[in-house]
Amino acid sequence: MSRPRIALEEVWLTYLTPRGAVPALAGVNLEVYPGEFVSIVGPSGSGKSTILSLIAGILAPTAGRVLLDGEPVTGPSQRVGYMLQRDYLFEWRTVQENCLIGPEVQGQDLGRARERVTRLLAKTGLSAFADAYPDQLSGGMRQRAALVRTLAIDPDILLLDEPFSALDFQTKLMLADEMWSLLRAERKTALLVTHDISEAISMSDRVMVLSQRPGRVKSVHEITFAGPERPLPFKARSAPEYSGYFQRIWAELDQPGR
Amino acid sequence: MVHVPQEALVAAYRRQQRRRRATVAAAQVALLAAVLVLWELAAGRHWVNPMLTSRPTAVWQTLTQMIASGSLWLHLGVTLRETLVGFAVGMALGLGVAVVLWWWPALAEVLDPYLVVLNALPKIALGPIFYIWLGHERSVYGMAVAISVIVTVVMLHAGFGEVEANQILVMRTFGATKGQILRKVVIPASLPTLMAALKVNIGLTLVGVIVGEFISARAGLGYLIIYGGQVFQMQLVMTSVVILALISALLYLAVTWAERVVSRLLHLPPRR
Repeated sequence: MSRPRIALEEVWLTYLTPRGAVPALAGVNLEVYPGEFVSIVGPSGSGKSTILSLIAGILAPTAGRVLLDGEPVTGPSQRVGYMLQRDYLFEWRTVQENCLIGPEVQGQDLGRARERVTRLLAKTGLSAFADAYPDQLSGGMRQRAALVRTLAIDPDILLLDEPFSALDFQTKLMLADEMWSLLRAERKTALLVTHDISEAISMSDRVMVLSQRPGRVKSVHEITFAGPERPLPFKARSAPEYSGYFQRIWAELDQPGR
Repeated sequence: MVHVPQEALVAAYRRQQRRRRATVAAAQVALLAAVLVLWELAAGRHWVNPMLTSRPTAVWQTLTQMIASGSLWLHLGVTLRETLVGFAVGMALGLGVAVVLWWWPALAEVLDPYLVVLNALPKIALGPIFYIWLGHERSVYGMAVAISVIVTVVMLHAGFGEVEANQILVMRTFGATKGQILRKVVIPASLPTLMAALKVNIGLTLVGVIVGEFISARAGLGYLIIYGGQVFQMQLVMTSVVILALISALLYLAVTWAERVVSRLLHLPPRR
C-alpha cells in the first residue's frame, strides 16, 4: 500500500490537572490509508476523542509523532475536517452562511466555496433550507448541515467524533448510509470515533479497538463482506459476516466492571 | 359526533381577549386621572399644603410657560445630550474593556477583585471628585459614564465567557485566529447580552446625569429640580420630575424597540 494519509507513531498524551497528571494515551500507533474508512472503538475515557484532537492539530502530543502524509502536524490544517458530536451551528447564520464559515475563516475563494456548498446541500437534501436558520431544522437536518460545513473546506481527511450519538435511532441509520456514500463518492479518508460497535462495523474498512485509559490500540479488525461491492452500512448490519465481527470486537472491549 | 362551531368559538375567544385588553387600558388611564384629580382636590381644598405638594394645574401652567419661553427645550436638550453622549461613551468603553479582558484572560484574573469592588461601589459617591477634576460641565459626563461603564464591562465579560465552548472549537478546527473567533462567534453570540446591557444602562445613565446635574450643573432637568427645591418652587420641581419620567420612559421604549429590530434583522439567539 501507499504511504499512510494519517499516522500516529508511539503517541503519548498526558493531561495536566491541578490534581496531577492524567495519562490519556500510552503509545498509540495507527495508520489510515488514502480513501480508507477506519473506526476507533473503545470504552469511555479511553482517549478516542483525544486522538482526533491530535490529528486536527488542536492538541500536541506529549511524546511521539502525528503525521499527515508524512508531515508532522503543527496546527489545524485545511486538509482536515472535524465533525463533532453535535452540530454547534451558529443560530444567527443561515444554513448556507454556516456552511461557509470554514472557507471564510481560511480565506478561500468564496465563489467556489459557495458552488461546493450548494452542490453538497443538494446532495444532503438541504437545498430548500439553504436560507433557513438552524432553529427551523430538525436534529438530522442540523447534523447534515454540520457535515456540509465540514466538507465545505474540501478536506481530504474527515474526523468524525460520534457524529450520530445525539440523533434518534432511525435518523442515525439513515444518516450513516448517506454520509458513508457521500464520503465514498468524494474519496475522502475518514476516521470515525464511536462507542457503537455496530456503527463501526457497518461503516468501516477497519475497526481499531482501544484499551481502557490510558488508551493503546488493542487490536485491529479488517472488515470485509462477500460480494462484488461493499454493502451500504444499513445492509451491512444484516450481512452474514456481521455477527462474527460483532462477537469478536465485543469480546475485545474492556467492559467496565469486568 | 357533536358539531363544534370552531369559528364561533375562536371569534368569541378573540372578543374576550380584546375586551380584557381594553379594560386594562381603561383602568390604567382611570388610575392616572384619579391620582391627578385627587391631587388637585387635595391641594385646592387645603387637605394638604399646596406649597409643599404643588398641584396638577400649576404643573401644567409651569409647563406651558416653559414651552413658551423656550427654557424647556434648553434644559431638556442639555439633559438629553448628556444622557445620550454618556450612554454611548459608557457602552463603547465598556465593550472595549470587556473585549480586552476576553483577549487576555490573565489580565481579567488580575483585575477581577477590583472590578467587583468598583461594581459594588456607589458611583454617586465619586461626584465631588469628578466636579473637582473635570469642572462643572464635564463632570456630568464623568458621572454618566462612571455609573454605566463598570456594569457594562462585568455583564459583557460574563456574556463572552458563556459562549458555547464547542462553537469556538468549531472555529478552532478551521484554524480561525483569535480575532476571527471574536468577530464571528463571541460578539454575535453575545449580542443579546449587549442588548440587555443597553436596557440596564439607559436608566443608569439617566441616574448618573441627574445626580451629576444636582452636584454641579447650571442647566438641565437635574439642575431645575435642585434649583426649584432651593427656592421652594414646588411646581418647578414637580414639572421637571414629570418631564423626566416621560423622557426616561421614551428612552427605554426606544432601546426596547431597537432591540427588537436588531434581533429580527440578525436573527439573534434568545438570551441564555
